[in-house]
Amino acid sequence: MKPGRLPAIVLAIVFLSMVVPAHAATLQIVMENLVISPAEVSAKVGDTIEWVNKDVFAHTATAKNGDFDVTLPPKKSATFVVKKAGTVDYYCRYHPNMKATLKIEP
Amino acid sequence: MFVRWSAAIAAIAFLSGPALAQAGKPTDPQIAHIAYTAGVIDINAAKQALKKARSKDVKAFAQDMVRDHEAVNKQALALVKKLHVTPEDNDTSRTLSKQASDKLAALDKLNGAAFDKAYVENEVAYHKTVNSALETQLIPAASNAELKGLLQTGLKIFQGHEQHAEHVAAELK
Repeated sequence: MKPGRLPAIVLAIVFLSMVVPAHAATLQIVMENLVISPAEVSAKVGDTIEWVNKDVFAHTATAKNGDFDVTLPPKKSATFVVKKAGTVDYYCRYHPNMKATLKIEP
Repeated sequence: MFVRWSAAIAAIAFLSGPALAQAGKPTDPQIAHIAYTAGVIDINAAKQALKKARSKDVKAFAQDMVRDHEAVNKQALALVKKLHVTPEDNDTSRTLSKQASDKLAALDKLNGAAFDKAYVENEVAYHKTVNSALETQLIPAASNAELKGLLQTGLKIFQGHEQHAEHVAAELK
């Protein structure tokens, strides 16, 4: 490593830790046996929602208001970063009896 | 006391005899066969729809049916293998298959929007019938806990399909 690089890397780390909000968390929601749990999750703007599909069936997490439509192949996970506050009801397009709610605070 | 014992023995003999099977309570090998047959029927209906359907939503729905029912049946096959159960053909399976082949033939005569509508309406009706059979007969009759569990998952999947089919039907109108 060239000696001149180190300050740049340090600067980059300091800069990155300033732009990533300290409170951002990852919240995990599991889909198993066609049940979404927890059925209600409270999050903050900037948090990441991670849906984990434990079923052998494909599912989706589809917001009723159109905010997101995340596809979850069998035994896979996917994430979505919440961008605006509000209560969002979502469901699985393939199995609309799978329903849940995200409560997003500013 | 003596009278009571005789009555109890008579009741046990009656319950464990062939009368029970004839009274309509299916055995686990029969339940496995009925559930698997019900899945195959819906896969065949979906494959016909993939060839004939005009609406994009109907085609996508048919694709979902193939994917989910194949996944359920794959699990069912793995379970019967694990439990050393050989699925057993029976009157319910035969009736289901006969009705399904009649329906396939009837749908085959339709085309375009008429086919789409008839296929989706039949999917709503078919899933309703299967769900009611699962809820009132097959799940209560299943004696193996794992088989019962798979049927319960199947019921939730099929209830989802029923609602999905209702959404597609509403959009076709």
